[in-house]
Amino acid sequence: MGIIKLISAKEAGDLIKDGMTIMIGGFMTCGTAKAVVNEISAKNLTVICNDAGFPNEGSGRLIARGQVKRLIASHVGLNKQCGELTNSGQMELKLQPQGTLVEQIRAAGAGLGGVLTPTGVGTIVADSSQPTTLEGKQTITVDGKDYLLEKPLHGDVAIIKGFIADESGNIRYKGTMRNFNPLMASACKMVIAEVEQIVPTGSIGPDYVETPHIFVDYLVLNPKED
Amino acid sequence: MTKDEIKHFIARRVARELANGDVVNLGIGLPTLIPQYVPSDVKITLQAENGFIGLCAHDGNIREDGNYYVVDPSGNPAGIEHDGMFFDSSFSFTIIRGGHVDKTILGSMQVAENGDIANWIIPGKAVHGMGGAMDLVVGAKKVIVAMEHTQKGLPKILQRCTYPLTAKGVVDMIVTEMGVMNITPQGIVLSEYNPNFTINEIQAATEAALIISDHLSPMA
Repeated sequence: MGIIKLISAKEAGDLIKDGMTIMIGGFMTCGTAKAVVNEISAKNLTVICNDAGFPNEGSGRLIARGQVKRLIASHVGLNKQCGELTNSGQMELKLQPQGTLVEQIRAAGAGLGGVLTPTGVGTIVADSSQPTTLEGKQTITVDGKDYLLEKPLHGDVAIIKGFIADESGNIRYKGTMRNFNPLMASACKMVIAEVEQIVPTGSIGPDYVETPHIFVDYLVLNPKED
Repeated sequence: MTKDEIKHFIARRVARELANGDVVNLGIGLPTLIPQYVPSDVKITLQAENGFIGLCAHDGNIREDGNYYVVDPSGNPAGIEHDGMFFDSSFSFTIIRGGHVDKTILGSMQVAENGDIANWIIPGKAVHGMGGAMDLVVGAKKVIVAMEHTQKGLPKILQRCTYPLTAKGVVDMIVTEMGVMNITPQGIVLSEYNPNFTINEIQAATEAALIISDHLSPMA
């Protein structure tokens, strides 16, 4: 959206304010913008991400420091603190099937009112009275088959991780770092992209851009040795 | 058999279910042992729900900073085949939920004779989350459960699951160290047995009533 600003990880972290809903890309921290996430100091956050990372790494770091009020994720098993904080009532945890979670994010970015999925029918995922189930679930029958209506998930800020950006903010990923990142970039009011390289505009090439600059507001450069 | 031998025994048998050209998703643990037992003339494509097809072993090169560009769904370093492709999570679950995975092979805590599966949460125990398991068992063309027959001597193959379900009525086949079972509208049919056990012993370790196949044969 407009002109891309190159900022530091600290400046990016400071854009996250108390009470915001943020999306953090990555899968077991592969494709997580760790430099930016590490600089977030805001509290009472609602965090939407695939998993709780590892203790003190990725979104797990925000959880460990008590900055997360509500977590919407599909897997938290590799972060013990997550279960502890949930059991003690310090954090609210909502668990969604991975394929449902990503479609809810896509639905928000695509302007849809939700998606219908057969996943979770007949399980506690369909029952909003369960503590780990999102509110307002409905079962809808289409042509004799039951589906769950899963509503869109919007965010204030998406913190995504790319491999290369050009100076306009076009982004390309590498390996399995893509995962939730391009979807989240479409579903939030503001997008911060942490990348490992920044190259002149045009050098990625229109055939190879994976997330277009129109979604990206801020770039953070975090170089890595390859 | 030791625990480790049991896992390899099960993995070796499940490998025979895979056909040339199959797109396969493997769960964590035991199922990851299966590829080593797939014959070299059977070409399968492994799908990894974190976003690629063509999952294979990592090349072994250690990165000092621990940042790998290709990881498996457990977050461990992995490799990709020459004919593979990376994609985002939405496309990954288009493949999974859309019926483009031929076989998903995963472990379980409980399976019931009606095909119900419970493998993501034990009430009162630590919460892990379902990850991609619910989508996989709903979307894959064939769901194969590869697991030990009992848990601490108690049956895992039940009349009805007691833990919260992963999905209803989705399991097609169960392979354990005791036998190979198929879920049918009539119930669970034992089609192969491990000759180290009697049929009575297998039934005693199973809460659901087993239907003995007319073509019952030893597990090979």
